[in-house]
Amino acid sequence: MQSVSTSISRLAGARRTTQARVRREQAVTIVLFLLPAAILYSLLVIYPVFQAAHNGFYKWNGLGPMTNFVGLDNYVRILGDDIFHKAVWHNLVFILLSLVTQLPLALFCAILVGRRLRGRTFFRMVYFLPFVLSEVVTGLIWSFIYHPRGGLLNWVLSLLFPTWEPPSWLGTPNLLVLICIFVVINWKYFGYHMILYVAGLQNIPAEIEEAAQIDGASGWQVIRQIVLPLLGPTIRLTIYLAVLGSIQLFDLVWVMTQGGPANASNTMATYMYQFGFLRTQLGYGSSIAVIMFVICFSFSLIYQRRVMRQDFGD
Amino acid sequence: MQKLRKIGLVVAILTSLLLSACAVPGNAPSEQGSVAANSGEKVKIRWWHIWAADGPEGTNWQVLADEYMAEHPNVEVEITIITGDPYKDKLATNMQAGDPPDLFQTWGGGVLWQYADAGLVQDLTDVLAQDEWGDSFLPGPMAVYRHNGKVYGVPWRFGMVGIWYNKALFEQAGIAEIPQTWSDFLTAVKQLKDAGITPIALGEKDKWTGHFWWSYLAVRDAGQAGFAAAQDRTGSFSDPAFVNAGEQLQQLIDMEPFQAGYLEQSYGDQQVVMAKEEAAMELMGQWAFGANSTVAEDNLDNYIEHTGWFPFPMVDGGAGQATDAFGGGDGFAIGINAPPETIDFVKFLTSKEHQAAMAEAGLAVLPVVKGVESSVKEPVMQVVLQHFSEAEYLQLYLDQYLPPAVGLAVNDFVQELFAGTKNAQEVADAIEDVAQTELSQ
Repeated sequence: MQSVSTSISRLAGARRTTQARVRREQAVTIVLFLLPAAILYSLLVIYPVFQAAHNGFYKWNGLGPMTNFVGLDNYVRILGDDIFHKAVWHNLVFILLSLVTQLPLALFCAILVGRRLRGRTFFRMVYFLPFVLSEVVTGLIWSFIYHPRGGLLNWVLSLLFPTWEPPSWLGTPNLLVLICIFVVINWKYFGYHMILYVAGLQNIPAEIEEAAQIDGASGWQVIRQIVLPLLGPTIRLTIYLAVLGSIQLFDLVWVMTQGGPANASNTMATYMYQFGFLRTQLGYGSSIAVIMFVICFSFSLIYQRRVMRQDFGD
Repeated sequence: MQKLRKIGLVVAILTSLLLSACAVPGNAPSEQGSVAANSGEKVKIRWWHIWAADGPEGTNWQVLADEYMAEHPNVEVEITIITGDPYKDKLATNMQAGDPPDLFQTWGGGVLWQYADAGLVQDLTDVLAQDEWGDSFLPGPMAVYRHNGKVYGVPWRFGMVGIWYNKALFEQAGIAEIPQTWSDFLTAVKQLKDAGITPIALGEKDKWTGHFWWSYLAVRDAGQAGFAAAQDRTGSFSDPAFVNAGEQLQQLIDMEPFQAGYLEQSYGDQQVVMAKEEAAMELMGQWAFGANSTVAEDNLDNYIEHTGWFPFPMVDGGAGQATDAFGGGDGFAIGINAPPETIDFVKFLTSKEHQAAMAEAGLAVLPVVKGVESSVKEPVMQVVLQHFSEAEYLQLYLDQYLPPAVGLAVNDFVQELFAGTKNAQEVADAIEDVAQTELSQ
């Protein structure tokens, strides 16, 4: 009996060592497959991040070696700069507008086209189409639409209100230029959020809704009590994407207004491009990049810890 | 899962930083060993310029490059065209990477000097002294390429900013005489407005367009001495002369003389407004006449017939002279790693023969080589040429004269004056604030 048990345990031991060997081999395979990506990633992402953090301590025009160490001077200048304060404020405006208009609109349309509407694939395609365009192309198209001399918008308005003189849409240095840009952001990105919502809606089992309807729930109650809660993970994800997208907004603004007029549409990213790159103050620009990084990082960390935690499946 | 999530988080955030990572390797190019000179080996000259391939300048350059390659079979000239503002960005990127093009468009001044200080462009002092090449150029324009006693470029055309006006619209508004002073000028603007004519075309989205107004007033108010003092830091950009310039410009802006929506329009729009005779004046460089002609379409004959030019008005009590000019021009600089053939090619491009032909074709306007003045055919360009040759002091465009950090600050803050978000004093102080950190070294 004893010999049998030892032979069994020996067998098991042999199996264990085999398993361990297989696992080791698997690990080697995994590492080998990950290696190219990891190397590229370190070289192109992680290294530049640290490089930027390092550059941020220098006054440097990008030509020749960095010699002029200025400590935290760049940060002091950025945080004391009115134009930067404005840029941060503009980012906040874009975030706010995205959250209170873009996402609800996308959700509304998703509920419409994700369900029973006739020709819903057509609508889905039409709404999603702008997202496929590049930001530069989008910016150029809308520059033509807003153009004060013969732009499409003013032409249409002149037919509707022949006596009214429309404002200079992208040339008025106040909230108007931000709203005009936001219209474009909304036009371009709401289809993307809508598609995410449509995908989320398809994961909600039809039986639950049917059951609720049989119990006498109204359409609004179904949406309020069933659809929205079950769509929670998608909604939280789109909020995350919309906020990060708004913080990093660059191309559209640059093409349409270059952050102007008079910095009225600068975002942190256009501020960085203007002051870091165009003015060839790469040290200063790097400091701006670091500040943006810290903002994005803290938001991501807090949001994922506090809000999205429930959506991860462990 | 916990770990995966953390990795996912880091990936998400770091990817978001891709955009903002502002890192550039800072290796200056090593001193280049002299390549075997004109040995007949295959060489390539990488030439960057800013003129569209189908435009008159672009076509001309391609023809000349082809001609040169036919004469020198071992040389290949590879032209890269980057029009508009992206040129400066792309050039800056290559410079920061230590890889200057062999031959490239330059405006001289602080931007070029910055590259010279970093050892990225060739010092042409010695080759200019050989074979009297340097003496073939008019002396005035050469100043913008000279830095610490060395010369880092040569011009191929030069000129000055002035007021292009529409004679027909002036007549319609009953303006009998060309305004000589700033107050005459403001009166003319009022007359135009009263006659229902848009007085001035401006594409202020581009900023450099509007900086001409502030800068030319500053040239009049501060004069050569005032500018030199502000730059070498014995003076200041918040001196009364510069504040005055802003206040005089404010007087003009308050009259709302520009076409509707000018803050969101670019220089391209400004050209069209002038070419279609929708506004009476613009303040622009010597190229405006040719540039506007290319967009005039069916209004070309009218545009040419009606266009006149007069120098920027003098201001009362200004320290500058009425003949002082504000302007600049197009030139060539040679990258540090360029093959020696590049210099020969530039000599070819700026030869008297080609200058005369280009001046006659309205391309090298105004020409920069001695003895080709008579090739300038357009009567209105002769007027510009006459004033240009009378100028004893030429102030280079500020966004080229000053290092980019200060020059672009001038453009940005002057735009705020147009937009009404800063007053004259605030603009002067803001420019001075940047000058203090960037010019005192």
